Amino acid sequence: MKNTNQVIDNFFADISNSIRKNRIIFSVALLTVVAFIPALGLPSYILRIGVMIMIYAILALGLNIPTGYTGQVSIGHAGFFSIGAYTSAILVTQAGWSMLPAMVAAAAIAGIFGFLLGLPTLRVSGTYLSICTLGFAEIVRMAVLNWDTLTNGPMGIKNIPYPTVFGVEMTLRNYGAYYMILVMLVMTSVFVHLIINSKIGRAFRSIKEDELASMMMGVFTMKYKILSFVLSAIISGMAGAFYAHFMRYIDPNSFTFDTSILILSIVILGGMGTMRGMFLGAIILVSFPEALRFLEQYRFVFYGLVLVIMMRYRPQGLLGWRSKSPYEFPKGVDPDKIARGFNNSSSQNKMI
Amino acid sequence: MSLLEITSIVKKFGGLTALNNVSLHIEEGEIVSLIGPNGAGKTTLFNILTGINEIMHGEIIFEGKAIQNKPPQDIVKLGISRTFQNIRLFQNMRVVENVLIGTHINTEYNFFDALFRTKKHRQQEILKAETAIRLLKAIGLEHRMHDYASDLSYGEQRKVEIARALATGCKLILLDEPAAGMNQQESANLLMFIRELRDNGYTVFLIEHDMNVIMNISDRIYVLDYGVMIAEGKPEEIANNPEVIKAYLGGVIEDAVS
Amino acid sequence: MYPGMQQKKLMFWRYMFNGLAVGMAYALVAVGYSLVFGILRLINFSHGATYTFGAHVVLFFIGYQTNIWLALSASVLFTGILAVGTNKFALEPLRKKKSPPIASLITTIGVSYIIQNLLMVFMGSERKSFPNMLDIPKLDLSGLPITEPQFFLFTISFALFIILTLIVHKTSIGLAMRAVEQNTKAAHLMGINVNQVITFTFFLGGASAAIAGVLMAGYYQLVYPTMGFLIGMKAFTAAILGGIGVMHGAFAGGLIVGLAESFASGYIGGTYRDAFAFIILIIILIIKPTGLFGKKTITKV
Repeated sequence: MKNTNQVIDNFFADISNSIRKNRIIFSVALLTVVAFIPALGLPSYILRIGVMIMIYAILALGLNIPTGYTGQVSIGHAGFFSIGAYTSAILVTQAGWSMLPAMVAAAAIAGIFGFLLGLPTLRVSGTYLSICTLGFAEIVRMAVLNWDTLTNGPMGIKNIPYPTVFGVEMTLRNYGAYYMILVMLVMTSVFVHLIINSKIGRAFRSIKEDELASMMMGVFTMKYKILSFVLSAIISGMAGAFYAHFMRYIDPNSFTFDTSILILSIVILGGMGTMRGMFLGAIILVSFPEALRFLEQYRFVFYGLVLVIMMRYRPQGLLGWRSKSPYEFPKGVDPDKIARGFNNSSSQNKMI
Repeated sequence: MSLLEITSIVKKFGGLTALNNVSLHIEEGEIVSLIGPNGAGKTTLFNILTGINEIMHGEIIFEGKAIQNKPPQDIVKLGISRTFQNIRLFQNMRVVENVLIGTHINTEYNFFDALFRTKKHRQQEILKAETAIRLLKAIGLEHRMHDYASDLSYGEQRKVEIARALATGCKLILLDEPAAGMNQQESANLLMFIRELRDNGYTVFLIEHDMNVIMNISDRIYVLDYGVMIAEGKPEEIANNPEVIKAYLGGVIEDAVS
Repeated sequence: MYPGMQQKKLMFWRYMFNGLAVGMAYALVAVGYSLVFGILRLINFSHGATYTFGAHVVLFFIGYQTNIWLALSASVLFTGILAVGTNKFALEPLRKKKSPPIASLITTIGVSYIIQNLLMVFMGSERKSFPNMLDIPKLDLSGLPITEPQFFLFTISFALFIILTLIVHKTSIGLAMRAVEQNTKAAHLMGINVNQVITFTFFLGGASAAIAGVLMAGYYQLVYPTMGFLIGMKAFTAAILGGIGVMHGAFAGGLIVGLAESFASGYIGGTYRDAFAFIILIIILIIKPTGLFGKKTITKV
């Protein structure tokens, strides 16, 4: 199996190496294609699947920060998704807010809970932390179920207004919802890319690799673990807000353990710690039950199988290869020149 | 004033006394070795120095500041860094990224600088990248900087660990068995490199089993045995110290020197 | 005495016995977590689903008018095999590959998901009534604040717990289990067949979960595929609370969780009942992850 994995990795790494050289062109082309999908005049249920894929891709990008990069496995991300959805739905339906500020508030409140959930990382790690995240999601679900006055309990919140941007309703019919979530997905991707490719992202990854060594090199691991949860929660909360308005109805059963597992399965199938994997994972796992309707009842069995099989045969995920292209130094650094310039009489020069 | 001054520290794990009333001092620009049989408490001493383990009694003064029982990050910031006996590199990160993690503590930009790619962010990233490349060049690994750490040989990995520790901007570097797993040629190169470090103003404190290395490189040697410091002195003094020879079951050191 | 006071006292004892009975069953499930953790340092997330499976096997056989004892034996056997199979086909390959602990955790989550959802497909996701097997013998408990099902749930669970403890502490396979727990490598060098011990441990955990599943299904007279999720988490809480890996820890933890839940839902309100276990869990994980009787582990650098 190891060899098969190497062959697959090699194959993909070669392709990605060639894409990398023209990656701006490639991204623009890909984005154009995705942007023109609605123009094909597809039935609206297909567009709906497209929107769901993008919502879950955002959720996966969010979960990927603590789980994929930082190595803190969360099996309770439905909790943040739920908090975001309920916050926005309540602010819009009960307090008369408009959608965009409500969405910002949803992200902020989810972020606060992300901070709270990050706190246990001060004391527990590994499996225990995962169990804490699960406990968190369950407590959120029970609070939502029981806090009738605010959440309408098990009845859920109905007739949530469509997403609106500057007074324009974003629906599937006018493609507004599709483009809105597409913009959100692009923004999230750019956000994650910027953070991961900085000292913050390096700190995250070093924690996943070896937390003690990371600490011994001066990384405030606690701070970064909490930060990973906060960022993740903000992204998930934002996705939740959109979800509430897009579906127009939410109840406690929209955000269960199943939801958490679906998000985790996407991250693992696509490849923990990669961004490309999140898109592919979301496409496969969200469209799968729709594409194979006759297998509908097996969909959760399938998610379980994804987890088990991937862990055994390809823990790095479908797209989890190691890059073959050289490390990208910031613009203005010529590694070869620096290396050459330090050729002779090294004892004369200060090394740092 | 010594760079590092350890005064009668005591460390117990449950009922076991790992370090009993241990004192030592290290002057700036010295290469000091710590030797002793397995289980003598050498790594424990390193762990205490770098803030992994806490002590109940005693004092550790680094550059005039008490650092005992401080969090590891604070100690790194003050200027002590280390390598590990069992290599602890970030295996799935590239070599240069490993070294960049070392620069993390002195990389001065915040979250928003990173998010908006401010000038500060760009300048700092360039500066640290250059530092990392220079360090790798200095240790002779510039040709492997793009590789993933796990693809390197054992000896190379040890070197990356040293580069990573230096990248923190430390004054005192603690090397935990740096020559372990290296062949003759590699450990000879390592010796040269450690001397170069000293010549560049670093102070080196190392644990080592390879007596060749120890006797050749050390300005002074401390000998730890079952948590007690039994001897201190120049290499030739240590080699002729009967107690040390007893601790090592005799002979080994003399062979190494002669 | 005022009648009101009498009533209050009665309620107190009712909560007490309810808590003890349910808590004893939690303890029985908690043992499964503890045994596996002790040997593999792994939290077997699929344990809750194993418990559910046990109850469903009995339901399946009862559907064919099978004798209840036969159904129960079949359940113990099949559930034990399921647990052993989980280890053989999902976990053992990971150990051979030296995968990180996270891989095993995710795998057991996946397994729990597969079991639970296959049960849904084949047995239906609705809540099904389960015969109350616990009040078959007639006892005169009138006047006492304890019901017959509570009495039997407690007694049978307690008896089983004692049997499990005896197996671990008084038999040769139990000795081997403890040896592997202490030091797997040394146990292997001393000629203990470690894989066999692991298999046996999973079987024991599966079998006790099956019995607990049947007992609880009989107690609530309900069976459904997701029943193991909450119980699993509560039992896990119990195991952690007592100190995972320790038999008497599971016992104490189970009773504390059962009692806390019973009293809290009695005096504070039932709607939040299920949240208590999670709150206890998070608090204990943060304050003292080793639990009441757990051993401290030292990380080696």
